[in-house]
Amino acid sequence: MPDMKDEDIRIGVFICHCGSNIAGYLDMEELSEYAEKLPHVTFVQRNLYSCSEAGISEIKKGIMEHDLNRVIVASCTPRTHEPLFRSSCAEAGLNPYLFEMVNIRDQCSWVHMKEREDGTDKAKDQIRMGVAKAALLEPQEPIMSDVQIRALVIGGGISGMTAALSLANRGYEVVLVEKEKNLGGMLNQIYKLAPTMTDASALAEEKIRAVTGHPNITLFTGSKVNAAQGFIGKYQIDIETESGIKKIDFGVILIATGASVYTPEGLYGYDGQRIITQLEMERLLKKGLDQGIKNIVMIQCVGSRNEDRPYCSRICCQTAVKNAMLIKNQIPEAKISILYRDMQMYGVENEELFRDSKAKGIRYINYDSVQPPEVESDKVRVYHALLGREMLLPADLVVLSTPLIAHEDAVEISQLLRISIDENGFFLEGHVKLRPLDFATDGIFLCGSAHYPANIREAVAQGLGAASRASIPLSQGSVVVEPIISVLANEDACIACGLCVALCPYGALEIQKTEKGEKVHVIDVACKGCGCCAAACPQKALDITHFRDRQIFAVIEAGGAEAQ
Amino acid sequence: MSKQFKPKILTFLCNWCAYAAADSAGVSRLQYPPTTRVIRTMCSARVDPVFVVKGLKSGFDSVFVGG
Ligand SMILES: Cc1cc2nc3c(=O)[nH]c(=O)nc-3n(C[C@H](O)[C@H](O)[C@H](O)COP(=O)(O)OP(=O)(O)OC[C@H]3O[C@@H](n4cnc5c(N)ncnc54)[C@H](O)[C@@H]3O)c2cc1C
Ligand code: SF4
Ligand code: SF4
Repeated sequence: MPDMKDEDIRIGVFICHCGSNIAGYLDMEELSEYAEKLPHVTFVQRNLYSCSEAGISEIKKGIMEHDLNRVIVASCTPRTHEPLFRSSCAEAGLNPYLFEMVNIRDQCSWVHMKEREDGTDKAKDQIRMGVAKAALLEPQEPIMSDVQIRALVIGGGISGMTAALSLANRGYEVVLVEKEKNLGGMLNQIYKLAPTMTDASALAEEKIRAVTGHPNITLFTGSKVNAAQGFIGKYQIDIETESGIKKIDFGVILIATGASVYTPEGLYGYDGQRIITQLEMERLLKKGLDQGIKNIVMIQCVGSRNEDRPYCSRICCQTAVKNAMLIKNQIPEAKISILYRDMQMYGVENEELFRDSKAKGIRYINYDSVQPPEVESDKVRVYHALLGREMLLPADLVVLSTPLIAHEDAVEISQLLRISIDENGFFLEGHVKLRPLDFATDGIFLCGSAHYPANIREAVAQGLGAASRASIPLSQGSVVVEPIISVLANEDACIACGLCVALCPYGALEIQKTEKGEKVHVIDVACKGCGCCAAACPQKALDITHFRDRQIFAVIEAGGAEAQ
Repeated sequence: MSKQFKPKILTFLCNWCAYAAADSAGVSRLQYPPTTRVIRTMCSARVDPVFVVKGLKSGFDSVFVGG
């Protein structure tokens, strides 16, 4: 159809009133009279609601009765309504990519409510631009690609084990890769779990037993992913195991690599003996505390919520309150003070734990970050920010609540798989609200503390959620990709400089040997059509379907012209 | 000047962020001057510098890239 003769192009323009949402602010009659005069436009119709059943059937009727081969709907936003109108075109026998939408509501009538004349002029320009694009549209076919029915889970902590079990129980083959000799992650170092106060080791053992005994799970401990390429449906992964490199293909990947605990070297006299972290406190509790310890001071936000690490680690307040309660269980007469900036005790159970701890006599003292506590040989000096005076607290043991920080492997994994990390080094989801367990790259999902400090409940919920997301392509067996992609429009022009390959955020380009020498090759299922390659190519060898250079040029030209 | 200058601004908006933001400005009925002419792209990275030049040559007074 690119070579369709000019006179064969028959564009239908449907202009929507959207009740009074558009018709109340723009001159609809003027718009339709104007559209009729535009090149290639053979049919113009106004609809009360184009997306209603009546509106849709008018569009289909228009296509068939007037033999339209391009359709424009001037109405709301393509972000919500383009799929609907595209499928209406398809139902009337027109390739859905011969449809173009013009936004005259969200970005016109609604934002120029008091400027009827200028708003109408803008709508005319936008319709003229849409017509210019429509004339140059080309039919596209959806791209289908097979999915390897196998999942890779990286990280064998609680979130990774939960995700692996969930997928395996649905019947999918799972490979679980854990860097350490043992599964369990942080759970292995914790004594009891707030808020239920159950044994961390019991939970770990239960999960480990289920994972190791599962017929659908292949486990590689002491192992790491050390090479990766591919895209959703076909990720080719090299796993470095204790018995050599294993090359395995996967349809989907889950990241569950957790986080590490910050070691407060140089802060508050940290020595790992008398001045310790909460993680070291867990170990002492596990062993059983020395009954000689009578006075304990905990300091919150050590190394967090500061310039280097501006974030709240969320789990350390819960951990401090939990450990204070557990100390009380072992040494009932112990005096415990928790020096805090803000107590992060969200959720019903945590609030209850917090209240109980106060009832048990645990003291909470608010300090200001500009005047932090000072740890001395047998006491802690703190300026009580609420009372406005200094206090001296005897201390046999000082416990520092340090944050979870991004795992040291996060950078390497993000580079291997081309997935994003945030300014604190944690993995970054595709969208905060809409895609919280997905990466922007299709077919890769995340859960647990790898994303952001999580407690067990959140890590488990996210593990189940990520497994559920990952099972969508696995159960479908194939993926359909929007055919708005990069194409090597001028093969001769490509000099294989590799600039586009380096820039592509999705790993969708590679240099290949061809009969004409080395040329770039587009992996169409991996391409998202962002177009940065086409914009950057110094040779103008690449183009983007549906957003081709010549289409955009035509739209710019039409937009710059004056309405007649 | 007797006639007020009304510029015509060629506006490229990324489908996923700036275009969505312009839509939500509409949903909130935020009013702004009707001087923009919008081209939606799948990413602001699609905007080839040549498009900017083309816009200025085609009669636009300025070019805005939102992404
Ligand atoms: C001191 C302390 C006390 C806590 N107390 C509680 C509590 O009482 N209640 C509660 O709900 N939560 C508590 N938590 C939080 C809890 O530890 C986390 O919620 C939980 O561990 C998160 O699980 P995860 O699977 O996401 O990560 P992790 O447990 O960190 O597991 C990640 C796993 O991935 C592996 N890994 C990392 N990189 C790689 C790689 N490149 N390749 C392969 N494998 C890799 C790691 O070795 C590890 O086994 C506490 C945390 C701390 C630090
Ligand atoms: S959870 Fe508490 S101690 Fe940890 S960073 Fe947040 S506020 Fe500070
Ligand atoms: S940037 Fe252009 S010339 Fe360079 S490899 Fe990519 S397509 Fe070829």
